[in-house]
Amino acid sequence: MDIFIDQFFNIEIMRKSLPLLLTGLWMTLQLCSAVILLGLIGGLFVALGNMSERRWLRFISIAYTDLFRALPPLVLLIFIYAGLPFAGINISPFAAVVIAFLLNNSSYYAEVYRAGLISVAKGQWEAAQSTGLSPTQTLIHVVLPQAMRNVLPDLLSNTVEVVKLTSLASVISLSELLYNAGMARSVTYNASPLVLAALFYLVLLWPLVRLVSHFQRRLAA
Amino acid sequence: MANRPMLEIVSLEKRFGPNTILKKIDLKVAEGELVFVIGPSGSGKSTMLRCCNRLEEPTSGDIIVDGRNIMAGTRRDLDRMRLQIGMVFQGFHLYPHMTVLKNVTLAQRKALKRTKAEADARAIDMLEQVGMAHKADAYPGELSGGQQQRVAIARSLALDPKVMLFDEPTSALDPELVGSVLKVMKDLKSKGMTMVVVSHEMGFARETADRVVFMDGGVVVEQGTPDEIFGAPKAERTRAFLSRVSG
Repeated sequence: MDIFIDQFFNIEIMRKSLPLLLTGLWMTLQLCSAVILLGLIGGLFVALGNMSERRWLRFISIAYTDLFRALPPLVLLIFIYAGLPFAGINISPFAAVVIAFLLNNSSYYAEVYRAGLISVAKGQWEAAQSTGLSPTQTLIHVVLPQAMRNVLPDLLSNTVEVVKLTSLASVISLSELLYNAGMARSVTYNASPLVLAALFYLVLLWPLVRLVSHFQRRLAA
Repeated sequence: MANRPMLEIVSLEKRFGPNTILKKIDLKVAEGELVFVIGPSGSGKSTMLRCCNRLEEPTSGDIIVDGRNIMAGTRRDLDRMRLQIGMVFQGFHLYPHMTVLKNVTLAQRKALKRTKAEADARAIDMLEQVGMAHKADAYPGELSGGQQQRVAIARSLALDPKVMLFDEPTSALDPELVGSVLKVMKDLKSKGMTMVVVSHEMGFARETADRVVFMDGGVVVEQGTPDEIFGAPKAERTRAFLSRVSG
């Protein structure tokens, strides 16, 4: 039992590794912000392309969502970070992670948006346009708020996945939360920093997961 | 009544694939006139109405509102001209995520660019006219169908349209709620609004319409005053339809 506490819940080691882990957490939060924000915006445009009346636009956005949902995000990340330099394209680790996960994530967000947009009755479009609102105004003020509300649990779920996804950035030595925890572990020969990192993820994501369940129940009611 | 045409439908044609829904329809509606359109389902009457603000895109023909052809011009011109053509739907289509007041002010703010104070004042006026001002802060889901439809009418009226189109405005209502909506429409007519009404409320047509148009198979079969159409229909198809609905 002592060895268990000493190896996993060593308060002294946790305290010492805390600054490093906080630096990692900060990086993780920056990654999440970039990927989530850009993903939410990009996903919307992809979804709109997907529902466009123009065939070529539909084709491009369907190809986009199919391709980047089928490619494993880790494969994408390593290709962008370690593969593209062979073509003379060098990208910083941070940018590589953002680009790779953005491609992956915006296609998931796009599918969620699409389900939301479809769920809004056609009569809403017609009523708004009959009062002289432009298609863009109709989308912003009438359709999108209803669409978002209908798929809020799915948007949140997807956001939880983004946070978890960013831990893959440790593979290309970006000093985010998991990478820094791994460093602290190898320096201290103790697994407590990893446990602490796991706790950080838990504190970050548990409220979000609860929120998803809450919204799901409310929508089902 | 002024004879100036407020709405002119000129050889309007609508095809869906191989099916011709509207066959070269011509119809003139004078300023202040209430034209009541009847006909069996599938006769094209709703499609004709929806072509009048291009919710349904005509295959050919012209729609002229107060002298301006809405088939000409850009998308922006269309948005602007739709402000002059109010439309009321069978299913109300209020925005469920907004209060009654916001439902009535949205297009005033965004399309007409009125200030919040102007839009609110106009909205309250219109809600009073349809007897719904006391529900300004309610959400559509809290209202009965008849109340929702009256709010939908106020939403259109707030934009000062030149003509109002009603697409089966009472068909989705419980019988006891129909009267309140018809009363609002009657008030509108007495204030001089130009109206085209597609509906099955024959009693309302008899009492309020200036002209009744009978459509069948994508053409106007017969038109005349309510007395002429209901009292002495000339065409066999009109007679058959009327005996069926009054049956």
